[in-house]
Amino acid sequence: MYRYIIRRLLIMIPVIIGVSAVVFFLIRSIPGDPALILLGEHSSEESVEKVRTQLGLDKPKFIQFFYFLYNMARGDLGRSFLTNELVKIEIFKHFPATLELTLCSMLFGSLVGLVLGVTAATYRNSIIDYLTTVISVTGISMPIFWLGLIAIIVFSIKLHILPISGRLDPTITFKAKSGLIILESLLRGNFSVFKDAIYHIILPAVCLGTIPMASIARMTRSSMLEVLSQDFIRTARAKGLPARKVIYVHALRNALIPVVTVIGLQFGGLLGGAVLTETIFAWPGIGRLSVEAINARDYPVIQGCIIFFALIFVFINLLVDILYAFIDPRIRYD
Amino acid sequence: MKKVFKVFKNKAALAGFLIILFFVFIAIFADFIAPYDPYEQSLYDRLQPPSKKHLFGTDDLGRDILSRIIYGARISLAIGIISVALALGIGASTGLVSAYYGGVIDTILMRLFDVMLAFPTILLAIAIMAALGPDLKNAMIAVGIVNIPTFARIVRASALVIKEQEYVMAAYALGQSNFKIIFRHILPNIVGPITVQASLSYGGSILSAAGLGFLGMGAQPPTPEWGAMLSQARSFIISAPWTVTFPGIAILLSVLGFNILGDGLRDFLDPRLR
Repeated sequence: MYRYIIRRLLIMIPVIIGVSAVVFFLIRSIPGDPALILLGEHSSEESVEKVRTQLGLDKPKFIQFFYFLYNMARGDLGRSFLTNELVKIEIFKHFPATLELTLCSMLFGSLVGLVLGVTAATYRNSIIDYLTTVISVTGISMPIFWLGLIAIIVFSIKLHILPISGRLDPTITFKAKSGLIILESLLRGNFSVFKDAIYHIILPAVCLGTIPMASIARMTRSSMLEVLSQDFIRTARAKGLPARKVIYVHALRNALIPVVTVIGLQFGGLLGGAVLTETIFAWPGIGRLSVEAINARDYPVIQGCIIFFALIFVFINLLVDILYAFIDPRIRYD
Repeated sequence: MKKVFKVFKNKAALAGFLIILFFVFIAIFADFIAPYDPYEQSLYDRLQPPSKKHLFGTDDLGRDILSRIIYGARISLAIGIISVALALGIGASTGLVSAYYGGVIDTILMRLFDVMLAFPTILLAIAIMAALGPDLKNAMIAVGIVNIPTFARIVRASALVIKEQEYVMAAYALGQSNFKIIFRHILPNIVGPITVQASLSYGGSILSAAGLGFLGMGAQPPTPEWGAMLSQARSFIISAPWTVTFPGIAILLSVLGFNILGDGLRDFLDPRLR
């Protein structure tokens, strides 16, 4: 098992170099001189040249790439053109918001998806089953940016139940050291902040979690149907075990493997979807940071955000693979 | 032909096909169906709610939303065609070459696709758009590029199985050229999975391009692209919610059509998955 994990970690190195190369050369191919953007159009040629040398832009692209890799390995992703802040600081400032949002979406997507899938498979060809199929097919095709806008119209503007945007009400002053407002307010026992944070995260999390929910419901249903038709389930039933135990203990555990794959794969979509969801709900995460950086042509931040997202995605895929071995003892990667 | 009709015994596939047919119809006959010019502005008719005169209401520049959605079908279908054709063309040929020749070519191509797959799709599309610049044509190219690895992987996996079949060995023994073996003996036998993936990718491409349009990186105003329409309508969700509602329904329905057709095709071509 450990050998497998180490091997997978080693395989990640060329993938990370590849990802960095793709992002580096894509960003470098954007028309326009970064030094000129940094200094403004009316700066002197001399100062532009000086900044170009400082940024290493006067060197050949391949040399620049090796410098970039070297700096990245030391955790240095450059400075934002806009705020002059270190890119890694910008990312760490915005990451907790994205983490909180994606985890809540995944929680919503997995729980609702699993319950829907299991119920649909248990009551096959019933109204619940048909309804689940409709929900999952529609959910997969859902433009989440539209769903977000409709949710705002219905729940914020018409019904006034949930807030339109942000992580907390502007009147609340709460400094979360970790940036994770929900977790920290709960641990510190500040329940009014906790309640407000939960209110704020419901709409974006449900929106972002819709597509994973649909995929998980679908996969759980088909995987459960396959498991429920197997002999050991018949044996469990024949032994007189209660139906609930047969379904949730015997069947679900065996049906979970493909579901875990889908959950892992959905994380990628979730990270991408975060860009759209954060834009709609003015959620101060990395997704919104990247869109603002693109609009402001803040290249180091665009580069840093995309590489960071890709690294998280690669890492999650590795975690999913390792998780398989724990869920299914038949799988061992030696 | 009989086989084609058999697909439609699957109700989902039929429903998907009919939805797509509807969008193809309005795209082709947009000039005759649309009640107004999609670009025509009328300041007196700004932000009018749905009425007999304007069934889906009007936007902030007084343009008829129904007409813009009808013309938008042309754009969305074109996005699907171009991006899927690009992804399929490059993805299928590299997948075939990779499976047939194996060795170093296979390793290099697959590692390249591993790197591409390490990005969440819309993010890679955003990175490509940042380099190419915001434009509808570029959005089609970006969405096409991000779909290449999926096609390549599916084609490679299917081709690896077909490659080992006896009739391929026979063709090789008869001295047929590699080109002929790949395109005459292997390709026709993997059309099934390619078709399914094309249908699913078509829906995904419309969705991704609409997302790019929504972020202001795809089609630019005044093009009546559904995602861009949503982006422009965002400022009016309080005063004119209909400007947001209808373009979104159009995106949802068209993507739904391709997705359920893709599912139906998959069930038909691989009954084990039913």
